[in-house]
Amino acid sequence: MIPLSNYLILGAILFCISMAGVFINRKNLIILLMCVELMLLAVNMNFIAFSHFLGDSGGQVFVFFILTVAAAEAAIGLAILVVLFRNRHSINVADLDSLKG
Amino acid sequence: MLDNLHNVNIAIVAAPLIGALIAGLFGGAIGRVGAHTVAIIGVAIAFLLSLLMFNHVVVQDAGIVTHSVYTWLVSDGITFEVGFLVDKLSAMMMVVVTFVSLMVHIYTIGYMAHDEENWPEGSGAGRNSYQRFFSYISLFTFSMLMLVMANNFMQLFFGWEAVGLVSYLLIGFWLKRPTATYANLKAFLVNRVGDFGFLLGIAGVLMYFNTLDYAAVFNAAELHKDLTMSLWPGAEWSVMTVICILLFVGAMGKSAQVPLHVWLPDSMEGPTPISALIHAATMVTAGIFMVARMSPLFELSETALSFILIIGAITALFMGFLGIIQNDIKRVVAYSTLSQLGYMTVALGASAYAAGVFHLMTHAFFKALLFLAAGSVIIAMHHEQDMRRMGGLRKYMPITWITSLIGSLALIGTPGFAGFFSKDLIIEAVHASQLPGAGFAYVCVLLGVFVTAFYSFRMYFLVFHGKERFRDVHHGHGHHAVHEPHETPWVVTLPLIALAIPSVLAGGMYITEMGFGNFFGAAIQVLPQHDVLGQLAQNYHGAWGMVLHGFLTAPFWLALAGVVTAWLLYMKFTHVPALIQARLQIIYSILEQKYGFDRFNDWFFAGGSRGIGRLLWQWGDVRLIDGLLVNGSARTVGWLSSVVRHVQSGYLYHYAFAMILGLLLMLALFVIAG
Repeated sequence: MIPLSNYLILGAILFCISMAGVFINRKNLIILLMCVELMLLAVNMNFIAFSHFLGDSGGQVFVFFILTVAAAEAAIGLAILVVLFRNRHSINVADLDSLKG
Repeated sequence: MLDNLHNVNIAIVAAPLIGALIAGLFGGAIGRVGAHTVAIIGVAIAFLLSLLMFNHVVVQDAGIVTHSVYTWLVSDGITFEVGFLVDKLSAMMMVVVTFVSLMVHIYTIGYMAHDEENWPEGSGAGRNSYQRFFSYISLFTFSMLMLVMANNFMQLFFGWEAVGLVSYLLIGFWLKRPTATYANLKAFLVNRVGDFGFLLGIAGVLMYFNTLDYAAVFNAAELHKDLTMSLWPGAEWSVMTVICILLFVGAMGKSAQVPLHVWLPDSMEGPTPISALIHAATMVTAGIFMVARMSPLFELSETALSFILIIGAITALFMGFLGIIQNDIKRVVAYSTLSQLGYMTVALGASAYAAGVFHLMTHAFFKALLFLAAGSVIIAMHHEQDMRRMGGLRKYMPITWITSLIGSLALIGTPGFAGFFSKDLIIEAVHASQLPGAGFAYVCVLLGVFVTAFYSFRMYFLVFHGKERFRDVHHGHGHHAVHEPHETPWVVTLPLIALAIPSVLAGGMYITEMGFGNFFGAAIQVLPQHDVLGQLAQNYHGAWGMVLHGFLTAPFWLALAGVVTAWLLYMKFTHVPALIQARLQIIYSILEQKYGFDRFNDWFFAGGSRGIGRLLWQWGDVRLIDGLLVNGSARTVGWLSSVVRHVQSGYLYHYAFAMILGLLLMLALFVIAG
């Protein structure tokens, strides 16, 4: 029997990887989106693990919600990305600094 | 009966006010004749009704008339109201004020007849100036009556400020002259100093007596005799002394006592009728009247009385000296007024209030006469005021000459004339006074007699006798014919004659009652230990006795010496004055500088204020408020934001990092604290 802590550690590792991806990645916006998706999956991992160990299927229902939202988010994110590329001819994260004060 | 008298009182003040309003507001519509008719009718009504009140209160001795007309407001038990008090003191003042005012109104018709000449071509300010002038002097009469008829301190203060305002307006009447606007500003500012003291005095009365009503204050005065207040820690002053000195500071401003006298000589920039009415006969004596009215308070403070005595003595003598060197005919009379006001003040200080008010009355007649005569001379000389360019006018203007002579004789105190009785009374009263400073004051007023006689007759000889120096003056602008002097029209000479009569008679008629009798009744209260007039009364044997005795006393011989000296210097040996001037250059220049009061005020007060103003402007406003506070806070915000903006890099990962960091911090907080 794999204990709960292993699942949680796996979730935490996934989360850290995705966070590192957000920080370290300076080139490609698509990778940034993938990292965000990965973050959501890390959260899903926690939900499922708790759902199983607590015997409460509500957590698994939440996972479906999150997957739906993630799909919608990915669709919108990619659409923005397409428009962005059309306007700026670049999806380089380092170039996107219009908010600079 | 009493109700009727109340209405009479209201009519007395209302008549000149209505005259002033009609002449002032509808001057254009009613024209010159309309304006002076309305104003004169208003003042004449006031004069006749004042005679009625005088008859009731003084002649029939039917008791004082006091009543409240209108309650302005009641606050915390203190009533502020308009009310009239006609006792013997104010009845006499009312008659003097309205009589002199009526004479001046008539005189003004002649004096201001050619007033257009005083306004530059096309200046808008000159329109209806004649009507405006009448409006102002009627307004003055109203204000002065409000002042003397007041039955409470608030109305006294109202009248006090109102006469000051009209004085300001009239000194600067010819407002196109820079000297006139300077003079009226100066009069206004110097009077502010005095009025501030006066207001503090009234505030003191209100604080300790809790009422502004004369009768209530005077009744309670005795109870406050021994109270003290501490002006600053460790300085305990008698409340009465503080209040009296503060009130007297107001009188010093209004009645032009040293060192607040500086405005009066300059006020001669106003038209001559004003100088006669406001700056000789009535307004400047308001201070004297006020102190006499407050006699129940002043009696309780010997310190204040000594202070008054010394200030008055200094004014009486040293302002007289200045009259000697003036060449402007009006300025000689102006310094003479200062000196005579000093005499009145000395009388107040010696507790001889009745003598001071008596001198106030006689002085009002003969000084108004002298001023109006000077104005008559000025008209005849076509607005030339320098006495060095006059002379020998006697045969050209006989009425002005004879009335001036009467005025001068009355002024120097020739036995029999009005000035003799009042002035001798003052000198004797000071002599008898036991207050500290009375010895000094006695010497001053005695020497002052000589000085008065000298400058009066210097003026008289220079103007009416000797060589006709105006023939030597060549007018620069072409026409060679000398203006032949001529007697002035009847509107000018009539007031001169009308004022000459009381200048001779008023003294002998009233000396027995006013000087030694109980003319003023309860209006003036003197403590037994101060009652110098009561002591003198024991040696008094009627007006004739006083005249005969007058020939044997020092003041008469001093006056005679003054006249003879003037005659010698300005008629006999006319080259001597220049020699004396050359030999005594230092004294002459001190007098020329008027003891440096003007220079000191210009340097210290005017310069000091400008310096403080510049300091506040350069440092307070430009640097501190504008530089540091307004622009400084804007600069600080700008600098702060220029630092903080570096945080806004615009890179997504920086924002994400900040978010995570924040999340971690909150989490840590949650975990540690929870």
